[in-house]
Amino acid sequence: MDTLKLDHHIYRDLLKQFIETQDEKSLYEAEQISKQLMQRHTSPEEIIHIHVKALRELFPNLSKEIQYSMDFLLETMISYGLALQEFQALREKQYEINSEISIAASMQDTLLSTVKPAIEGMDIGAISVPAQQMNGDYHHFVKDSQGALGVAIADVVGKGIPAALCMSMIKYSMDSFPENRMDPSVILENLNRVVERNVDPSMFITMFYGQYCPNSATFTYSSAGHEPGFHYDAKHDVFSEIEARGLVLGVSRDAVYQQYEKEINENDMIILLTDGVTECRQGERFIEHEEVLNVIKQYMHLSAQEMVDNVFKHFERLQDFHLRDDFTLIALKKYV
Amino acid sequence: MDFQSCVTIQKEWDIVGARQMGRNIAKEIGFGTVDQARIATAISELARNIYLYAGSGEICFERLETIDRKGIGIYAIDKGPGMEEVSRVMEDGFSTSGGLGAGLPGVKRLMDEFDIVSEVGKGTKITVMKWIR
Repeated sequence: MDTLKLDHHIYRDLLKQFIETQDEKSLYEAEQISKQLMQRHTSPEEIIHIHVKALRELFPNLSKEIQYSMDFLLETMISYGLALQEFQALREKQYEINSEISIAASMQDTLLSTVKPAIEGMDIGAISVPAQQMNGDYHHFVKDSQGALGVAIADVVGKGIPAALCMSMIKYSMDSFPENRMDPSVILENLNRVVERNVDPSMFITMFYGQYCPNSATFTYSSAGHEPGFHYDAKHDVFSEIEARGLVLGVSRDAVYQQYEKEINENDMIILLTDGVTECRQGERFIEHEEVLNVIKQYMHLSAQEMVDNVFKHFERLQDFHLRDDFTLIALKKYV
Repeated sequence: MDFQSCVTIQKEWDIVGARQMGRNIAKEIGFGTVDQARIATAISELARNIYLYAGSGEICFERLETIDRKGIGIYAIDKGPGMEEVSRVMEDGFSTSGGLGAGLPGVKRLMDEFDIVSEVGKGTKITVMKWIR
């Protein structure tokens, strides 16, 4: 009540000053007052009330017509005042939801965190950036007792919170697998059963699982409908798609996955990605696979991590720093 | 309860009658212009709800007086279809009269006290109160 009285005097004096001088300074001060009033959640009808009171004090002979017109204006402002209150309530609610999501996102970061293992003769780079706060992409590295590298990359169709919840399930299932080495095809078959049992039929997960064995220098892999990666053949200086057939996870209980094998030679490279990379858009146009490769070629002289970081920066800029889908890119470079 | 004054709501024009009666009572009790306007808007919303969703009903007024304060009590009573999920109706953004009305959350904000009793198939009674500050 005291602050309102104070406002009233300041408002009245300022109004008087403006009526007498019509100077910009009073208008600037009026702007400051209006900000203060908003901070105090003062509604438009109360401001009109302050105005009317000030007018009456400054001009005791104010005509009846003007006074009635002010009552009329006050009445029309009531709904605006309500809309303002509703807006404030919704903004508070939004703030609460946002802070909940950021807690969930940091929980997810901890949950899905993966460490790039040291593998003999292999330089590993990985980047995964969510489009919104929570990530619907998943990637994971493991090193087994015989020194082989296991790499998983998966993408839930969709993004945001539902995709992130789904991803946590994949993570838990992977953790529950036995310690000893499993074939990529067996891993996908097991995950497929978990997904089929637990996920709504409208939700799909694509996944690629690969194993690199340093002793034999071979890359063994299977894919569940995942975006094909690339193999760089250093000897012939050509990139080729890593083709692998397989049904997306969760569609059919008895899906079986074919397993493929590739020889990896010195300076060869394996690129794994999600469709957030290949479906980058410049304006309304989707970029071509060729363009992804061109950008990769531009940075492939760098270390694997520097390379993926730079490719990400390139596409982030291309899309005006606004990712439309979760973006995950992994590079495995063989250097011996 | 024996109300001092009631307005029957059947036609859209009855909303105006309810507003007028409510405003007069509020003025007599001693509410200022801003509060009178708020009370009238709350009455509009309550009466519109009756007119649009129940077909007919009543808006009743009561002068409230305790040892230390004075106020107005408004009761919107209908024998309409009732509401299944009162909590939904009270959500912001779940606005009733074509998305533009203040809705019941608006009425709650305009007044100091608010209560709904609604039974599907039997009707709804909304009680609101406002005190002179």
